[in-house]
Amino acid sequence: MNFTPISTATERSAPLELGQLDERVSIRNLDFYYGENRALKDVSLPLYRNKATAFIGPSGCGKSTLLRVLNRMYDLYPAQRATGEVVFDGENILLGKQDLNLLRSRIGMVFQKPTPFPMSIYENIAFGIRLYERLPRSELDTRVESVLRRAALWDEVKDKLASNGLSLSGGQQQRLCIARTVALQPEVILLDEPCSALDPISTAKVEELIDELKADYTIVIVTHNMQQAARVSDFTAFMYLGQLIEFGETEQIFTAPRDERTQDYITGRFG
Amino acid sequence: MDKTAQGEAHHIVSKYDEELQTLTSHVLRMGGLAESLLSQAVETVVRRDSAMAMQVIERDHQIDELETEIEAECTRLLALRQPMAVDLRAILTASKLAGDIERIGDYAKNLAKRSLALTQSAPVGAVHGIPRLAAMVQDMINEVLDAYANRDADKAVAVWRRDAAVDQLYDSLFRELLTYMMEDARTITSCTHLMFMAKNIERIGDHATNMAEMIHFLITGTYLDGDRPRGDDSSIYSAADGIDAAGEGTGKP
Repeated sequence: MNFTPISTATERSAPLELGQLDERVSIRNLDFYYGENRALKDVSLPLYRNKATAFIGPSGCGKSTLLRVLNRMYDLYPAQRATGEVVFDGENILLGKQDLNLLRSRIGMVFQKPTPFPMSIYENIAFGIRLYERLPRSELDTRVESVLRRAALWDEVKDKLASNGLSLSGGQQQRLCIARTVALQPEVILLDEPCSALDPISTAKVEELIDELKADYTIVIVTHNMQQAARVSDFTAFMYLGQLIEFGETEQIFTAPRDERTQDYITGRFG
Repeated sequence: MDKTAQGEAHHIVSKYDEELQTLTSHVLRMGGLAESLLSQAVETVVRRDSAMAMQVIERDHQIDELETEIEAECTRLLALRQPMAVDLRAILTASKLAGDIERIGDYAKNLAKRSLALTQSAPVGAVHGIPRLAAMVQDMINEVLDAYANRDADKAVAVWRRDAAVDQLYDSLFRELLTYMMEDARTITSCTHLMFMAKNIERIGDHATNMAEMIHFLITGTYLDGDRPRGDDSSIYSAADGIDAAGEGTGKP
């Protein structure tokens, strides 16, 4: 009788060799202000290539603020500003001379409430592509299909591509938004509580999708749901009152956090 | 903010605190029962008291029942509370400790059972080794339960280190019994029972060491490094080996 072990101990759970990881985005000494209010205080952390990093923390800790710095969303509001460095591809994206539209196509965002365009499912995807590329119809068709397949949505919508995006269920709409983001071939995908409006099964499908997307994209996810952060991410950053309290491999953060504040938060001891 | 008995902040959901507290107290109760059972079992050997031996055998049931209860509590907490960090470690530890304590109870029961057989033969001088070995191990159990109740990592490590001394004492008792048997074949039955008893007690020491390792993990989140300290070489001695006048193995046939 042949017996082949499924994996050796070293294969099964090799700790992530930090030296081998590539920092896709480097956040260094980041401060952020809403008017006079300093909402982020000297935040520094790495976002590793093709890994998922979760930002967790109680309400008002600055996790969504931090996420929105990464694609300069705050530029839309005059009283908001950031100092420090967010280095992406060797450049500090906080500096004024950025082409913001290009930046936001390379660092895409998915929001908490699904935001499909009031157009057909097909157009939802095609609209963004047309802003950046001139594709013949057949190639556009191929791209739309491939992206919808990527988002695990193709089988559910292939017979109704012309119907309105808003006619889909909440979970499907969210996957459509992810598909739309992926269509622009970004390098980083930011997800701001992507599942909080979704039921458990849709949530599981989105989580499965995130797992697959990691192969090609760097993922950052803000979530209130600690179990989700634990399930989905490779690295976790715990924030509190605008500061980064602890950053580490998700496994370590949730089994043996180093900071008592981190432990108090994740175990529900935060008063 | 005020802290729990284990030095941690309170959960916002107070029922969760109560459940974890109950779990700890059940494990401590089980440990106390096993401690007293072991002490009683050693008494039956020394005093050759068959009635007491029967009591010990009976009381082991209580320990088994507690283990089942603790396992059920742990399963429930894992499913319903999605524990993280220290809470997760506490629940895993409680489950492991219950397993170790249940084995200690079993070994104590076996000691009592063997003492019944021992009372059939004439008393043997070597029996004095048993309470000596047992005292070391009883102390380890006492200290390790203390370490668990007070979340004292240093105490747990101290217990962990004492296993080597237990193994050495077992080792010397083993050789002493060999000597007795070789000198007088009429003592073979008794000495064989004593050997098994000594082995049981040595295994109890191993379980106390397991418990110390787990408690260290609970408190610090890291595993004790390096091999467990060992001092038991009895498996490499045989009757065919020369034993010199001092009772030391010569390593030669």
